[in-house]
Amino acid sequence: MQAFIEQLAADNQYQPTRLLQILRAIQAHYHYIPETAIEQLAVLLQIPRTQIIGVIEFYSFFHLTPRGQYELLISDSITDHMLGKKPLMTYLAEKLQVSVGGVRADDVVSLDNTSCTGLCDQGPAGLINGLALSQLDYQRIDTICQLINSQTPLAAWPAELFLVDDNIQKTGLLLNAHITNGEAIKAAYQRGLAATLEEIDRSGLKGRGGAGFKTAMKWKFCAEEASSERYVICNADEGEPGTFKDRVLLNRYADQVFEGMTVAAAIIGAKQGFLYLRGEYLFLYEPLQAILQRRRSKGLLGRYILGAELHFDIEIHLGAGAYICGEESALIESLEGHMGIPRNRPPYPVTQGYLGKPTVVNNVETFFAAASIAVNGGDWFASMGTEKSRGSKILSICGDCQRSGIYEYPFGTSIQTILDDCGAEDVLGVQVGGPSGTFIANHEFDRRLAFEDLATGGSFIIFNNSRDILDIVHNFSHFFAHESCGFCTPCRVGTSLLKKQIDKIVDGHGSAGDVVALEELCQLVKNYSHCGLGQTAANPILTTLERYPEVYQSRLKKISYEPGFDLDAALDIARTMAKRNDSAAHLAQIGEDHD
Amino acid sequence: MTKFISIDGKKIPFQEGQTIMQAATAADVYIPHLCHHPDFTPHGSCKLCTVKVNGRNCSACTFPASEGQDVLNNTQELIEDRKKITQMLFAEGNHFCPSCEKTGNCQLQAVAYHLNMLDTHFPLFYPHRNLDASHPSVLIDHNRCIFCTLCVRASQQQDGKNVFAIAGRGINKHLVVNAESGLLKDTDLAATDRAAHICPTGALLIKHTGYQVPIGQRAYDHQQIDQFSLNTEHHHEQ
Repeated sequence: MQAFIEQLAADNQYQPTRLLQILRAIQAHYHYIPETAIEQLAVLLQIPRTQIIGVIEFYSFFHLTPRGQYELLISDSITDHMLGKKPLMTYLAEKLQVSVGGVRADDVVSLDNTSCTGLCDQGPAGLINGLALSQLDYQRIDTICQLINSQTPLAAWPAELFLVDDNIQKTGLLLNAHITNGEAIKAAYQRGLAATLEEIDRSGLKGRGGAGFKTAMKWKFCAEEASSERYVICNADEGEPGTFKDRVLLNRYADQVFEGMTVAAAIIGAKQGFLYLRGEYLFLYEPLQAILQRRRSKGLLGRYILGAELHFDIEIHLGAGAYICGEESALIESLEGHMGIPRNRPPYPVTQGYLGKPTVVNNVETFFAAASIAVNGGDWFASMGTEKSRGSKILSICGDCQRSGIYEYPFGTSIQTILDDCGAEDVLGVQVGGPSGTFIANHEFDRRLAFEDLATGGSFIIFNNSRDILDIVHNFSHFFAHESCGFCTPCRVGTSLLKKQIDKIVDGHGSAGDVVALEELCQLVKNYSHCGLGQTAANPILTTLERYPEVYQSRLKKISYEPGFDLDAALDIARTMAKRNDSAAHLAQIGEDHD
Repeated sequence: MTKFISIDGKKIPFQEGQTIMQAATAADVYIPHLCHHPDFTPHGSCKLCTVKVNGRNCSACTFPASEGQDVLNNTQELIEDRKKITQMLFAEGNHFCPSCEKTGNCQLQAVAYHLNMLDTHFPLFYPHRNLDASHPSVLIDHNRCIFCTLCVRASQQQDGKNVFAIAGRGINKHLVVNAESGLLKDTDLAATDRAAHICPTGALLIKHTGYQVPIGQRAYDHQQIDQFSLNTEHHHEQ
């Protein structure tokens, strides 16, 4: 082991910023991070062991105790559940003889849930040693169990298990505008870099991650900071449940995304870029490396790009299972080799970002669009959309519809149009923008896709009338409690309290005061949390409570107070100890006998 | 020329680079806080010091003061919400004041009194947390840790060591110490370190000193935390 770790550290130039990449390699090799590896790394990277332990415990894909040689994770997104995940998981656990969350006694396999893997249009989905498994059904699970039990190396597994479809259903302005490699960089230099920034400004392009900050302004602020070093970061930590458009952009149009980053680098004066790729998209890592290599060999990356005074290269960093790293300052922390905890702002990344230097962080789709705008000009883009939301938006559509996949629409398109296109019928509502977004009911489908109405980073989940609102809210509340980084009190404690309170109502222990208490708690978490995660974690409850108060009420018992647990069941131990089971040893739940 | 912000309608002078908390403390205005200490880099995690700056919630300990800010601090809404945030801290850990040696000297308890907290409001989590009594002169009771990181910062910034860190995610966050064994006795912590004395709760206690100051004669027994805090922290800010 010692030689392995030593070599790994050397391959990563003993850089503490590479900590996640190093730990990923150790986890892949040993299926956990052994204590001796931590001790050795602390010395080699010259960082405290507590930083390494902190990072291991923070990211879902790292473990301090051994997992199976086959680490099997099944996506726990609401869309996987809608596709029958729960019975599949039960079947899988039984078939493999391993508990969910556990490791089989022979150490061959471990099984657990994981947050949305970004395969919502082809679920139920999973990960085996980090690689995506799609369209799981009983037949595929039988195959997988057989391959695991025969300990067949992953490389020999049938390729069809790992097939990931792009499912591009509807192209628009951006997906139709093919640009050739180098075209955007050439156009930017021909027009002049300042004039190109003006074109991006004129295009009205706003950040496609969902927050909607004007891209040109971000680049300008960054360029204006006095500094010798600047960085360009592409945020491909697409973790919002129901979102998968960045996966498709990187699978099919990676060159254009890298080209957008290169144009940004030219404009702000950056020499180094990073693609922060979510760990769930490990299967894209090698193909993307090959594309970067090809771009280097063609003079599109490296020194004197296309003969210009432009020196820029891109490094790919993989995440390790943490939704919070989609928040730009948490992402930067993660890139630096730390836990993904959002920073205090100000200062903003444009002034103090990666390693304290001015940094532009944009979404995959933003760079993709910027490259096209550099070629086609600002007016081309601005001619589409609404006054406040220019251009088009790429959506990941999934849930109850006939044709899930990727759709591109001009901003301003009505929800009804989108539902018609993807073949959604008998619709109860749509979750626009993922759990952190808004749930809209079926009388609101004339609302529009736009920053000023329904903003979305791309997630669009459709629910038909057979779905239960509280199942959805239950799933989302558990998701946020699992993904809260724990930095601030309102989110750390609040998301767990929200989870408990929803469980209480769903389990039938709620009473009149509980919905009021729930709403109060929602406001507290929303108003006082440190970052976007906490500020939006209560949205699933708030947006459904507003629309379907009767659904919540219907689960409440008609008494003024109801204990949050089963009173009689709690007496079980006492009964066993007293060897009693007569009627006097049982308690009715308060008030159940009378209304 | 002196610059000013307004806190609850009162003109408060500040110097460029000061946070709202620093300006407030210097002007004898108390803003409740737990993770903030004037000697160390502000952290902004407990959120008790949340104030409304021009209508927006901000952490006073990290947010820079700037000319013309209209800050609300002592409003009924903020006091109520700070109380709930304090209740969250009580619900999350295991805080049994009557049996805790820190009672009367505990900032968490004192802030709760100051905010007129009469119950924990939220269902208690009753987490299973351990003690580390391995060190000859310092005890860790994880039941009372509120993850303020003051010991982490004091150890790094004043003691020049790196004894403590917070590991884990979300509700599973916990204090870890820098020793291969994971035990405090194997770290280079000394009882005289600032880090051993900085804990706002009873999570870090100095051994062999228990109850030497009788209950009734402790820091917050005769003075509310607002006055005590201004008296002790004011000079730090100068």
